[in-house]
Amino acid sequence: MLEALLVMALGAIVLGAALGYAAVRFRVEGDPLVEKIDAILPQTQCGQCGFPGCKPYAQAIAKGEAEINQCPPGGEEGIHKLADLLGREFKPLSAEHGIEKPKSVALINEQTCIGCTLCIQACPVDAIVGAAKQMHTVVASQCTGCELCLPPCPVDCITMEPLAESVETWKWKYPVVRLHPVQKETA
Amino acid sequence: MSALQRLFGFHGGVKPAYHKEASTTAPIAVAPTPTRLVIPLHQSIGGPPRPLVKPGERVLKGQRIGSADGNVSSAVHASTSGTVVAVEMCLMPHTSGLSALCVVIEPDGRDEWIALQAFDYRAATPTQTRDYLRDAGVVGLGGAVFPTYLKLNAGKQGKLETLVLNGAECEPFITCDDVLMRERADAILRGAVIMREMLAAGQVLVGIEDNKPEAVAAMEAAARAVNAASGDDAIRVVAVPTRYPAGGAKQLIRVLTGIEVPHGERSTDYGVQCFNVGTAYAIHEAIELGQPLISRIVTVAGNVGHARNYQVLFGTPMKDLIALCAPLPDSDRVIMGGPMMGFLMPADQVPVVKATNCVLVGSKKLFPPPPPEMPCIRCGECAKVCPADLQPFEMYWFSRARIFGKAQEYNLFDCIECGCCAYVCPSRIPLVDYYRFAKSEIWTREVEKEAADEARERYEFRLLREEREKQEKAAKLAAKTAAGREKAAAAVAEAQKPAVTPEEDAKKALIAAALERVKTQKELVHPENTVDLTPEQQAEVAAIEARRAEIREMAKPHLRQDD
Repeated sequence: MLEALLVMALGAIVLGAALGYAAVRFRVEGDPLVEKIDAILPQTQCGQCGFPGCKPYAQAIAKGEAEINQCPPGGEEGIHKLADLLGREFKPLSAEHGIEKPKSVALINEQTCIGCTLCIQACPVDAIVGAAKQMHTVVASQCTGCELCLPPCPVDCITMEPLAESVETWKWKYPVVRLHPVQKETA
Repeated sequence: MSALQRLFGFHGGVKPAYHKEASTTAPIAVAPTPTRLVIPLHQSIGGPPRPLVKPGERVLKGQRIGSADGNVSSAVHASTSGTVVAVEMCLMPHTSGLSALCVVIEPDGRDEWIALQAFDYRAATPTQTRDYLRDAGVVGLGGAVFPTYLKLNAGKQGKLETLVLNGAECEPFITCDDVLMRERADAILRGAVIMREMLAAGQVLVGIEDNKPEAVAAMEAAARAVNAASGDDAIRVVAVPTRYPAGGAKQLIRVLTGIEVPHGERSTDYGVQCFNVGTAYAIHEAIELGQPLISRIVTVAGNVGHARNYQVLFGTPMKDLIALCAPLPDSDRVIMGGPMMGFLMPADQVPVVKATNCVLVGSKKLFPPPPPEMPCIRCGECAKVCPADLQPFEMYWFSRARIFGKAQEYNLFDCIECGCCAYVCPSRIPLVDYYRFAKSEIWTREVEKEAADEARERYEFRLLREEREKQEKAAKLAAKTAAGREKAAAAVAEAQKPAVTPEEDAKKALIAAALERVKTQKELVHPENTVDLTPEQQAEVAAIEARRAEIREMAKPHLRQDD
């Protein structure tokens, strides 16, 4: 009886030690789920979801504090991906957080810009260059289209220009069967 | 030379009707210079070149008008001498029907060349030669227009076993390589010799489908001459069985050498590199004649009265070219390339570019509209004919259902879009359209993902920078207040120090005396309105003072201590 207890206790100690060692040795840095969610989010850092950036929104989703349908730039496709990842039900984009818009970039009207640097401070990805009392301009290839530079501009010189399709970015369309109207023969 | 050359087979393939006879009866003709050349800047795989000319500028034939931009890019040249009338967006020879930046040139009719100078590639380093070919705009003329200079790199070993010249030309209607080999075999092999030297290749195999006996004979005669001159037996012309798509690079390498280049690897790692015969000719022109790539042989075929091959300047509208060949009245479309892999053009005024090996005129009779698509019955015919050993029906299911990850797992990107699967499909499913759709969707996602990753990086850096700035500011402020405190403490210490010098004592005495004087003077002076008051007035003043004192007493608990 005592032997059995000792054996069991020994086993418990050995396994406990092994588990404890593994917990320290193979410790996972950060939350892998947050990383995975963050990878799906479009990284516009626009804050339309109600969180100050994509990462905080990802953290909130991982904790179950936020719905998966609060990201308008990610669109329906992003919601589908999040639903697949998290095993949740798909929900249509929540209207209070905005609507899905075609991808666009900010454009500063250089005639009107007064060089106040307010938009530079607002840009989450540092895509606007300029200095005080100097004209500012947007680096289009780095603009995420978050629209955060629009409200601070005192002279309303920033507009959002939808990205035009070019030969390089053109996509083959989904093949559709064209229906040809058949002319009925009148008797 | 025609000694035993063991040939291998590739999987699948089809044998469509070839329709090649019509355009091979007449020799190559030079297409007349049009009244207006529209030369797109972006004519090769890779980054679009930067324009080098402005409207109003006069350009010479062969003058560079667009310079290569980035690691993968190729220059563009003026096809004839004339005046640049515009650098603007024009309709591209692309299925999308979109426009891109083009240089529009009005020819002056003099056709004046730049100073032509041969390039001494033997005296130059391989890098210099590659840069020269990049600036000469030489790209693969088989249809993929990949910049040639990037392929003229012998890979890890520094030398190749086999250089393959692709003269198979397997697609129906197209005969531009056939007539080029018949008429300019010597020049092609001169280019091949240059490539062989650059790649340090052991042997050169020229693969030609056996339905082109004239081309095989011409190339064999030229190869005999070259081999006799060099004394070895390095160049061999091999007739390969006619089966579409024998002209695919991987397929031809397989047939000639038996090497199957695996997924995701390069043929150079296996000691083989493959070039089109037209590319070899362009290399000869660029290096030995100093002429950049400004024209190519184009087959005009299909629904035309006189199908023929033309030497065409880039920028010539396809419409002008078709007009030379007596198009039949029921023509309703223009295809760039062949019927299997070609692209439908948005209009017939689009220019001929480096990728244009064939201008195929179509009609409802020649290419009847496809019958309606039926459901896939999983017969497996597509897998039987796939020359890339893929499973087209699986890729079709996943592309159709937009499950792109799965389609990629079935090696969608190994698909060469040859169209064999769609050709044999009994349900007439436009399979290649689905693959093209899936591929472009995957590419777009990849680009978006890269952009998102960059945005994330920039955002995180910005947060880091803001944090750093905040800390720096706080540190500065702390340093400032510390310095202020020190200064105050020093002042206090100074004040507490006993006066030591007699001068300071004298000064202090003076100040004390002055203060004393001010005090006595103040006591002597009274405000005017408080002298000579009647007793009533004095009583009133006393009453007001008393009320004020009372109010002050009442307010005391409500006032803050430090006020």
